[in-house]
Amino acid sequence: MRCQQRMRKMDEGCLTDLSVHQLRVLLERGEVAPRDVHEAYVRRIEEVDDQLNAYITVCPDFPPELENRHGRPVFPVAVKDNIMTRGIRTTCGSRILARFIPPYDATAILRLKERGLYVLGKTNMDEFAMGSSCENSAFGPTRNPWNLDAVPGGSSGGSAAAVAAGEAPWALGSDTGGSVRQPAALCGVVGMKPTYGRVSRFGLVAFASSLDQIGPITRDVWDCWVLMRALCGHDPLDSTSAPGQAPIPPPQSVESLGGVRIGVPREYLGPGVEDAVRDAVLKAVGVLEELGARAEECSLPHTEYGLSAYYIIAPAEASSNLARYDGVRYGHRTCQASSLLDMYELTRQEGFGAEVKRRIMLGTYVLSAGYYDAYYLRAQKVRTLICRDFERAWARYDLLAAPTSPTVAFPLGERTADPLAMYMADVLTIPVNLAGLPALSLPCGFARGLPVGLQLIGRPFDELTLLRVAQAFQQATDYHLYRPVVGGEVDG
Amino acid sequence: MADAVEVVIGLEVHVELKTESKIFCACSTRFGSPPNTQVCPICLGHPGTLPVLNLKALELAVRAALALNCKVARYTKFDRKNYFYPDLPKGYQISQYDAPLAEHGWLEFRVDGRMRTARIRRVHLEEDAGKLMHDEVTGETLVDFNRCGVPLIEVVTEPDLRSPREARAFMEELRAVLQYAEVSDCRMQEGSLRCDANISLRPRGATDLGTKAEIKNLNSFRALEKALEYEVARQTRALERGERLVLETRGWDEGRQVTVPLRTKEEAHDYRYFPEPDLVPMTLDPEWVEQIRRSLPELPSQRMARFQAEYGLPAYDAGVIVASRRLADFFEECVRHYPHPKTVSNWVMGQVLGYLNSRGLEPEELNFEPERLAELLRMVDEGVISVSVAREVFEEAVSTGKSPRALVEEKGLEQLSDTGALAAVVRQVIEEHPSPVRDYRRGKVKALGFLMGQVMKKTAGKANPQLARRLLEEALATEREETP
Ligand SMILES: [Zn+2]
Repeated sequence: MRCQQRMRKMDEGCLTDLSVHQLRVLLERGEVAPRDVHEAYVRRIEEVDDQLNAYITVCPDFPPELENRHGRPVFPVAVKDNIMTRGIRTTCGSRILARFIPPYDATAILRLKERGLYVLGKTNMDEFAMGSSCENSAFGPTRNPWNLDAVPGGSSGGSAAAVAAGEAPWALGSDTGGSVRQPAALCGVVGMKPTYGRVSRFGLVAFASSLDQIGPITRDVWDCWVLMRALCGHDPLDSTSAPGQAPIPPPQSVESLGGVRIGVPREYLGPGVEDAVRDAVLKAVGVLEELGARAEECSLPHTEYGLSAYYIIAPAEASSNLARYDGVRYGHRTCQASSLLDMYELTRQEGFGAEVKRRIMLGTYVLSAGYYDAYYLRAQKVRTLICRDFERAWARYDLLAAPTSPTVAFPLGERTADPLAMYMADVLTIPVNLAGLPALSLPCGFARGLPVGLQLIGRPFDELTLLRVAQAFQQATDYHLYRPVVGGEVDG
Repeated sequence: MADAVEVVIGLEVHVELKTESKIFCACSTRFGSPPNTQVCPICLGHPGTLPVLNLKALELAVRAALALNCKVARYTKFDRKNYFYPDLPKGYQISQYDAPLAEHGWLEFRVDGRMRTARIRRVHLEEDAGKLMHDEVTGETLVDFNRCGVPLIEVVTEPDLRSPREARAFMEELRAVLQYAEVSDCRMQEGSLRCDANISLRPRGATDLGTKAEIKNLNSFRALEKALEYEVARQTRALERGERLVLETRGWDEGRQVTVPLRTKEEAHDYRYFPEPDLVPMTLDPEWVEQIRRSLPELPSQRMARFQAEYGLPAYDAGVIVASRRLADFFEECVRHYPHPKTVSNWVMGQVLGYLNSRGLEPEELNFEPERLAELLRMVDEGVISVSVAREVFEEAVSTGKSPRALVEEKGLEQLSDTGALAAVVRQVIEEHPSPVRDYRRGKVKALGFLMGQVMKKTAGKANPQLARRLLEEALATEREETP
């Protein structure tokens, strides 16, 4: 990997460096207009996206209907390209949907629009969210803004890279096995996976329905809370969305973390974890202790089975969820077919990439007659055991702290030929999805010039504790204030 | 040979529930709209869409299960049945696999005057698929998704049916029960009631099942019976020749009146069922289920018993009338206005059903008030019209929608019941036909018929036949006495 990484402290005079709550102040004071913000971001995208490839589709025009909002601030948001945006191409990073224009908005998008947000563009991703590096995209890989030879993580790599590089003030991602948290960690931004059922999945292209959640990717914890507050809530269109949710109160600055009990699961600091990552995470836990929290080592004994269970359950659901891409009603259809079977086979052969095909085959296999009990049912039992591990932990701890990713961003191409090595990138994020818990990743240091992410895992529906602890950490540290100097960008 | 083998039949019946909207989206379920006008991103399986269960469909399915004497589950869930077909937008059908809505029911039905019972293995809820339309001219196949997502129940029987006739009788009773319970229209020609049959033969007395064939495309009660008769013959012939039957799916070819192989077991699908993660499992409140049970109307078997006891109808009459809820309602309403049940029953089974059958109509399509039939029958009793005139008036009233009394008046169809006027006609006839009169007087009773005919002819058929006959007999007797 070339040693090109450079970083700088954020510049308060630069619109695309600011967090959204900082921008809001400027907009409310009338010091800048929404159109200025929009144009600053479009310019920034023009400047660096040739190098980063964070976007699949950019919407360069400021929406005219937002021109006069009577002083109510409007903000752009980048949206992962597996979330339906009415009238804006939504590809899932796949050839099979390369020209698909959705007829409706996802519930998450509608909720953001109600609050004055508009879609700045659709971000790159591993095809159908299957991947940990953003290399499995039909639209080419996204690069890490901290080092163009490194991956940004995945599958929400485009969203994380865009936020890190100042190409978007914040973004939406989706997290099935770590797809928000891991790229957030690798790109040095904040990412949250909400409790399963917090955010409507209506309009999120299903990968593994029992694991998927939309989550925010932001520059700091306060913005993360703002987006969470906008996204969360019951949706009658999603039967798995939790009814009767109270809005998450603001994570007001806390003087001390006195009384907060933190467990540090030893299985999350095992041999697969890079030393520099372990050091940064333990140092961060030390910061939390200095703030008054009590931390101790704990154990989640079934952690090691999480990855295997995940790679049965997620592909099983995916094999079924992706059956609809058959060329009949929308999306790519082969022009070579001479029979119905041909049409199915060639359409899917041409439309899907290698990793998607691999997972469809895995999933089809584990659901097949004679294998179902040995694989799918057993994986569900493991899932139950993993849930119990966490439940036992909640008797003693308010939250758990761990690395988000076992390593910092790895070199582009390093793991593309070795699926197992690629799957290991999610080993520390997957159990959270299996248990349906909320978790947040925030920057907690650098190793070899690349960001390290601290993962905080909470009780179901207790996002607030995670946000408050994370907010306290950011008030005591400045890791979130560093910005990458992208590739050939002229510094200062 | 025929006595040495036993026929074993089990049915899988799909019934569309009569909800306003589809099972997982808000689209209308109306039948017969232009193709693809009742669709939305959800029932078209667009990326990102999710199903939400229509509770009315759940309620109707529970109603159906209770009407079929099933035990309704406390815990039930949906599963995905995975297969590729152009009429199935998601590439899977949301159905129920190992935790069906209801199990262990039974249905009693009558065949050739005997009561029989078939056990119901399960009743589960699922979504219907779209419909393929083949264009014979261009050779293209198009898909209409209007039906896609219409709620269905699948009713599966145990292999308890022993003849094609029994299978048909069971289906007729099932349709009646589901219509009574108001869960479905059960219109076979519109596809809201569809049936597949499993049939096998075995030596009489054996307990193991023989190799079965599954017969599809049975679109009418007749087709069901014919296809099964064909299968009994085909399988019997094969076994007699010592051939080995294969487990296969066959289709009924209505045109050729034969079953043809569709696929064998080796080509059978592996549906890879697994729990539907987009819908949460359901725990049904037993109190809610009880409420539904209490709201069930009287079902056909109960009504049949009541018709026999309350109206003194023969079992046959009661069975025929009760088979259709509309017909039974019609009968009861008519009896309320004209309290002679057997007469009404004769008319319902004769005139009313005859009219419907001759036009290929369902009882639901009958456009005739039961009060009108009562009015017609009263006119016969009052001697205003004869039975034969009444039959004509009925036909006309049904097709024009006019009231029978108005029709009789309008057309001057009243009988001649005036004794004086009729007596004059009788005298005239006797004078004009001395030879038959002589014959009659010599004991040739048949001659009376001829003379009656003459009276009717002279009165243009309006003579009250009872009165005319009485007057004629009296006149002939009197004159004989007078003649030396
Ligand atoms: Zn619909």
